[in-house]
Amino acid sequence: MNLLSVSHLNVNFQVKKQSLAALIDVSFTLNRGERIAIVGESGAGKSVLGFSIVNLIGKPGYIASGSIKLDNKELTTMNLRQLQEVRGKRIAMIFQDPMMTLNPVLSIGHQLVEIIRSHTKITYKDAKNIAIEKLHKVQIASPETRFNQYPHELSGGMRQRVIIASVLLLNPDIIIADEPTTALDVTIQAEILQLLLAICRDHGVALILISHDLGVVSKVAERTLVMYAGQIVEEGPTLEIINDPQHPYTQGLLNALPQMTLPGHRLNQIQGSMPPLSERPSGCAFHPRCPYATEACKQQQPKFIYSGVSSVACLMIENMIDEFDRDDPVQSDNVLEGER
Amino acid sequence: MNTPLIQIRGLEKAFSTNDSWLGQWRFKSGKLTRHQDSVHALNGVDLTIYKGETLCVVGETGCGKSTLARVIMGLTEPTKGEIDYLGHRIDHLNNRQRMFYRRRMQMVFQNPYASLNPRMTVYQTLSEPISFHQPGLSSVQLDQKIDGLLESVGISATGSDRYPHEFSGGQRQRISLARALSVEPDFIVADEPLSALDVSVQAQVLNLMMDKQEERNLSYLFITHDLAVVEHFATRVAVMYLGRICELAPRDVLFRTPKHPYTQALLSAIPRLDTTSADPIRLIGEVPTSTKKPSGCVFQARCPYANQRCYEASPAIKEQPDGSSVACHAIEEGRLWK
Amino acid sequence: MKYPRKELIQPLSGSRWNHIVSGLIGDKLAMLALIVFVFYCLVALLAPLVAPFDMADPQFMDLMQSDIPPRWISGDERFLLGTDAQGRDLLSVILYGTRLSLTIGICAVLIQATLGICIGLMAGYFGGRIDNFLMRCADIQLSFSNMMVAIVFLAIFQSMFGMAYFQQFAMIILILVIGLTEWPLFARTIRASVLAEKQKEYVDAARIMGIGSRRVMFRHILPNTLSPILVIFTIQIANAIVAEAALSFLGLGMPATQPSLGSLISEGFAYMFSGSWWICVIPSVTLIVLIMAMNLLGDWLRDHLNPRTYKD
Repeated sequence: MNLLSVSHLNVNFQVKKQSLAALIDVSFTLNRGERIAIVGESGAGKSVLGFSIVNLIGKPGYIASGSIKLDNKELTTMNLRQLQEVRGKRIAMIFQDPMMTLNPVLSIGHQLVEIIRSHTKITYKDAKNIAIEKLHKVQIASPETRFNQYPHELSGGMRQRVIIASVLLLNPDIIIADEPTTALDVTIQAEILQLLLAICRDHGVALILISHDLGVVSKVAERTLVMYAGQIVEEGPTLEIINDPQHPYTQGLLNALPQMTLPGHRLNQIQGSMPPLSERPSGCAFHPRCPYATEACKQQQPKFIYSGVSSVACLMIENMIDEFDRDDPVQSDNVLEGER
Repeated sequence: MNTPLIQIRGLEKAFSTNDSWLGQWRFKSGKLTRHQDSVHALNGVDLTIYKGETLCVVGETGCGKSTLARVIMGLTEPTKGEIDYLGHRIDHLNNRQRMFYRRRMQMVFQNPYASLNPRMTVYQTLSEPISFHQPGLSSVQLDQKIDGLLESVGISATGSDRYPHEFSGGQRQRISLARALSVEPDFIVADEPLSALDVSVQAQVLNLMMDKQEERNLSYLFITHDLAVVEHFATRVAVMYLGRICELAPRDVLFRTPKHPYTQALLSAIPRLDTTSADPIRLIGEVPTSTKKPSGCVFQARCPYANQRCYEASPAIKEQPDGSSVACHAIEEGRLWK
Repeated sequence: MKYPRKELIQPLSGSRWNHIVSGLIGDKLAMLALIVFVFYCLVALLAPLVAPFDMADPQFMDLMQSDIPPRWISGDERFLLGTDAQGRDLLSVILYGTRLSLTIGICAVLIQATLGICIGLMAGYFGGRIDNFLMRCADIQLSFSNMMVAIVFLAIFQSMFGMAYFQQFAMIILILVIGLTEWPLFARTIRASVLAEKQKEYVDAARIMGIGSRRVMFRHILPNTLSPILVIFTIQIANAIVAEAALSFLGLGMPATQPSLGSLISEGFAYMFSGSWWICVIPSVTLIVLIMAMNLLGDWLRDHLNPRTYKD
């Protein structure tokens, strides 16, 4: 059974009596202990998706339709108290900027103990022991002294470790990490990624990694969802997506990486940029930038279809599969006839 | 190719951290003494940029790479050292004397949302430097020049009376580049111009920069933390750590055989697309802030090969047989490569 | 290399003024405040044309007609809002008073703004010792209560040059006193936003081009600090009008022959409990409505020009 299943989720933003679609018909599932990644450029709706899973999207955004089920319990209709139980205890979030979560005027220890004691009835001393144990687990040297320090006394990488420790306090089933390493240097990024990976493996925690960096994703995630203009355009095993991308957008995204071209040569660029929410093109949202776009792409919204190992929303691939299916029975008949 | 365009010798820059005059006085053992705390952003940088090349400066946050750019452009005064442009010393010039060199050296900034004046139209942004440096142009010539500039960076000339907030990040970065090119420079400092952009847009801007380099024989000083871009774009690479250059090498040499322990760690940490690459080399601790001028090698605290000599003497940058230059005692002594 | 025409990038649409105008139409309270303010300005400008009586006319003051209550009480067709103790038509006096109060308020704030903007820009842009010196001056100015400075100054002036001389130049003196005492507010706000703007890269870009510091300050930085200036401007006009009213109430403001709203209130206050309440209450209501409209407008501007709610 799936741990988390999101189906046909639509999220809108109400701007001046006009509602703009930020997420359109998003569906995916997450199994226990599985690590998935949501990849896309800024404005693709990946952070909105992360926030709406825990029903945290603030005004003017709202969930228009669809369902989000955690262990078969519907999250979209829960009241605030039930949601608070889910947030933190079942689903935890890590943000790009650790200072979004850390309170600058309270010591780290105070904040960690506060988190434990707000969810479980436990003495201060026990809570402190748990906190120090978790700080130790995220490889913070001398956790006892760090316990009494304030967030501004730590470096960026150290703060992100503290956040990971705070997430671990309540043993969640799912961690949603929204660009957890974007603000960090490469060497620190590598360490934080390894740490996240180790924690998910050791504790059997499922991970939703939201990132724009395919390199980061390839290190951590087993399955990848590629988003464009509020829709999932491709979904499949990470290796498959990196080695054999199906959707023209995924192909473009991968080909645009500098390491995909010979040094000193022009990079393969995708023309144009992602449209703003208010100017979503008709049909397939990617068609103005797509090198393979046809007339049909401008009118028809592609369906999300399963092709081999991954699923894609692209008319071109849909047509190819259709043709293949049409040809297939004839071919097999021929083969049979030949045998006779 | 081998004419040195910019030469930097022994550049040092220290920022005072308590800048209020009253805050500098301390009462210590019965005496009132003046006392200045400072952060040493640059600790003796030697660098030569040749005509037509792209020199990439790589390093982590706080290594002084942005300060280097600002000092070269004359936005901050160096504490020590000199900067030459084609053999003319430029770091001590006043504003009027520097005017000639302002036209020759330009800069593209990191944040596309802050580098264009939000209250000026694209036309105003571009016309100001042109009419400032070429006051003789007629308005028709000016219009033509601006339209040409905009189209050469891929922006429709109809956009010239729009304000920056009507453009996307990538487009703004193109306009920034157009502004830098408007005075026809031959040297451009680009301070992390891609880091605020999306992958697909990064490729567009990088292509544009390469086109312009080919077209106008530009030299770039390209400052970045993204090693994938460096590998693609650089002619030579300088790796900086705590205000010093620890390795300077032609691109291929650096990526094939990184020598300095820090370069090795940095290269191993790039998240590559393949899932089979080796685990990154883990460095101990974090980048320290340089409130004291470091004695010895700047990397000593995190270096796995550090010995007594590294704590005492600062290594000089020495050329290696394969064309790279490294500042490391361990390499000099052959401790690292047996 | 030239790009083929179809590859050229067209800019996105949308403009700042559209945003402000549509925001204003959407907010009924702000719209109302704006209408009220524009109405006051028009009335002040057109006072000589609109007023039923001419203030300069010697017939205007007629003690025989004094203390007539407003029309809806007395039924006297000639005086819509009644007359005051000197027999002047209250409506005409209020119209002229509004004109005076607004003039004093706006001129005083213009002086404050000019001083404050120049000082704030210099302090923020050059920093260091200039900044320290100018801001300590501002602190000293702020440490005196503005009202106290004004009272002391006006009282000294009155006793030195005599009442007649003072009454002749009352308006100019009031403008100067209110204008010169409140500049630190502008200077501080401007300095704070200049410090923030100075960090931005477009200022560096202008400096790299070799553009001189005066041009960078006024052409590049100043336009970007206009939003807070606009907000303080509206609220300070309200404050200046109140300050003038308070000074007039204390007998240090406009003379009775040239009444501002403040002196009208002060004058009427004496008759407040002798039955002629309208002489005091009606100018007060006029003043309160004006001040409220200005403050509402200022608040709305602050919310809407806030970079957090509107990114540019």
